[in-house]
Amino acid sequence: MPVGLILLALVLPLINGALGADLMFPVIVVAIYVMLALGLNIVVGFAGLLDLGFVAFYALGAYVVGWFASTHFNEVSFAFLSALPAQGVSGRELPGIHISFWLLLLVAGAFTALWGIIIGAPTLRLRGDYLAIVTLGFGEIIPRFFVNGDNIFGYNLTNGTIGIKGIDPPGLPFLPNSLNTWRQFGTLDLDPWYYTILILVLVTIFVNIRLRDSRLGRAWVAVREDEAAAAAMGVNTTTTKLWAYALGAVFGGLAGAFYGAFIKSIFPTSFSFNISVLVLCMVILGGMGNIYGVILGAILLQGINFYLLPEVNGWVHAIGDALESPLLSNADIPKYNYFLFGILLVMMMLLRPEGVIPNRQRREELHEGEEDESVVEPTHV
Amino acid sequence: MATTQELKSRGAVLLDDVRSSSWQSRIAVVITVALLVLLLIQAIKDPGQFFSQLLVGITNGAIIALIALGYTLVYGIIELINFAHGDNFMIGSFVGLTVLSGTFLGLSFFAPITAESGAVLKIFGVILALVIAMVVCGLINVGIERVAYKPLRNSPRLAVLITAIGMSFILQNLGLIWKGASQIPFPDLISDDNVLAGITYTVFYRWKDLFVILVTMPLLVGLSYFIQRTKQGKAMRAVAQDKEAAAMMGINVNRTISITFLLGGILAGASGVMFGLFNGTTVFNLGFRQGLFAFTAAVLGGIGNLTGAVLGGLVIGVIGSMNDQYIGVRWTDIVIFTVLILVLVFRPRGLLGDRSAVQGGGQQ
Repeated sequence: MPVGLILLALVLPLINGALGADLMFPVIVVAIYVMLALGLNIVVGFAGLLDLGFVAFYALGAYVVGWFASTHFNEVSFAFLSALPAQGVSGRELPGIHISFWLLLLVAGAFTALWGIIIGAPTLRLRGDYLAIVTLGFGEIIPRFFVNGDNIFGYNLTNGTIGIKGIDPPGLPFLPNSLNTWRQFGTLDLDPWYYTILILVLVTIFVNIRLRDSRLGRAWVAVREDEAAAAAMGVNTTTTKLWAYALGAVFGGLAGAFYGAFIKSIFPTSFSFNISVLVLCMVILGGMGNIYGVILGAILLQGINFYLLPEVNGWVHAIGDALESPLLSNADIPKYNYFLFGILLVMMMLLRPEGVIPNRQRREELHEGEEDESVVEPTHV
Repeated sequence: MATTQELKSRGAVLLDDVRSSSWQSRIAVVITVALLVLLLIQAIKDPGQFFSQLLVGITNGAIIALIALGYTLVYGIIELINFAHGDNFMIGSFVGLTVLSGTFLGLSFFAPITAESGAVLKIFGVILALVIAMVVCGLINVGIERVAYKPLRNSPRLAVLITAIGMSFILQNLGLIWKGASQIPFPDLISDDNVLAGITYTVFYRWKDLFVILVTMPLLVGLSYFIQRTKQGKAMRAVAQDKEAAAMMGINVNRTISITFLLGGILAGASGVMFGLFNGTTVFNLGFRQGLFAFTAAVLGGIGNLTGAVLGGLVIGVIGSMNDQYIGVRWTDIVIFTVLILVLVFRPRGLLGDRSAVQGGGQQ
């Protein structure tokens, strides 16, 4: 089945072209979120550390591309393997730093891994819920720093709320001129973008599967289930948890870097707490620790965002028109999507905490307290 | 002679303390002292501005402290970070606003109470808004506990925390549906005039600030009385120490937990209305920021510790207002979230100690 799905993914642009559907943009966004969810799954699903500030890595990845592939640092002029011609139209050198997107992917991965360790290291000895709040704190500080970063002792590091605009497209400049959309990814033909993110997602899935089945993956499970026992068995809990943070952060950063290049303008307000919760929702809905579940969760939730809610909006407006109720016919349902996600989080935790496609071990853990309920809690007193 | 001896031994004890302290706490002390010295310099330069700002900080701190008490009460009893608490506070400010407008669900109960209304009507309106918001928020909190937290009492703690985040989003979006996305002005019922007008003109202490303190004080006294002196308060303390033992002693654990949530909600409701009257505006996502500030205050004071929550609230309020004045409003959030992280990482017990851990309710 995986092979079939990959083949389907490979021919999706052809299907899209044949149907004349406008699928590519939503599919690319969904794929970005699949990467984010798989990254968070390493931290939450595999290692069992609740991270409420995952958006920080997404933002950092995006800003790496924003800084090093745009005209932002216009006091210097530096280009390296960029898809853009080194000389502008006027023949002068382009201001700013322009480094190849492919190199920046590596840089973003390394940079966010470093931040994963910086954020993770001091928090490791905290217990679960404190750790969640500390990661939330970092997740709030980093976007706010980007907001305020237009004046760091007088230096404009992040351009504040205006954000960084005009980010260079990726490209393969060594290709012949006839393959123009691949030489420099354009905005009209989304196929090169699609195949890029598809490769990134496939690599992410592959790495996730290999990690899950590795010595490190088993160490994560051990630490998640019983830290003291794991330590007694010779698992180094500190490095094990740090690896989870660092590797989770890498995929967040890669997704952010792709997002920055794809969307071309990044604003600090795009990286709010809501994104962290949305990604967490995907992991929980799909099934913590189950790679396919998490992918399904990401597709389902973004599907709701892109298709179901506008559809429901239409129904509500129709009902509102029929009832002549201005309240309903002017309602903006997609604005309330987080209402739905909130309900989803609560319902999932109450009814099926292991997710749609559960990870077997995770399910056992989540239902651990239930059999001996009568012993732990006196029923009616 | 005896006194000098005593002083000497005290000095020696202090020296021993310093010697045995970790480098982290030494750095923390040095930084705190340095910041206090910098503040003192500012205070000497312009005492009027400094003390006005200090008083604003204390007022903000009182509002934060009331929310922080809700976090700390709940954490003390079931070890849950009630993430939805900040949003309950926001609902409180919305309820207050609705009461003052006199209109609910299209039904007009009385004419809106505005800045032009008479003094008696204003006082009546403020009291009514406070009472209704307190009742509504208390009931919402109890309802949330019943629906979302109680079924998960034996689940892993992270499951309950995730549910709490879900509830937070639900409340926030209810607020969004109810009042829309923009900032909503509060009627300006309490005077902006200086209380100290006859005494000094350099320090500003508005009637609004005094109002917040006048409402907060009786609430704190009442809460303290309830917990220390009443039977139900005793039951709460018992449940916080050990649920099973309390149950064996005939305490109704479920009811006690509900009452804890009720108390937290009542305080959040009062705080929400005061926030609106004090700042003149409210917005649907207010609860996230204020909630995090209050949680910081609860952790700073020592989570589970009621005195700590009040102290933490005041400290956070003052840090916020000093930062507004001397560093810049735009950095206040970052500074306070940094305080949160530093406290959690380096001193998770907080200033006054984590009562729930001391009393054996902490995680084993």
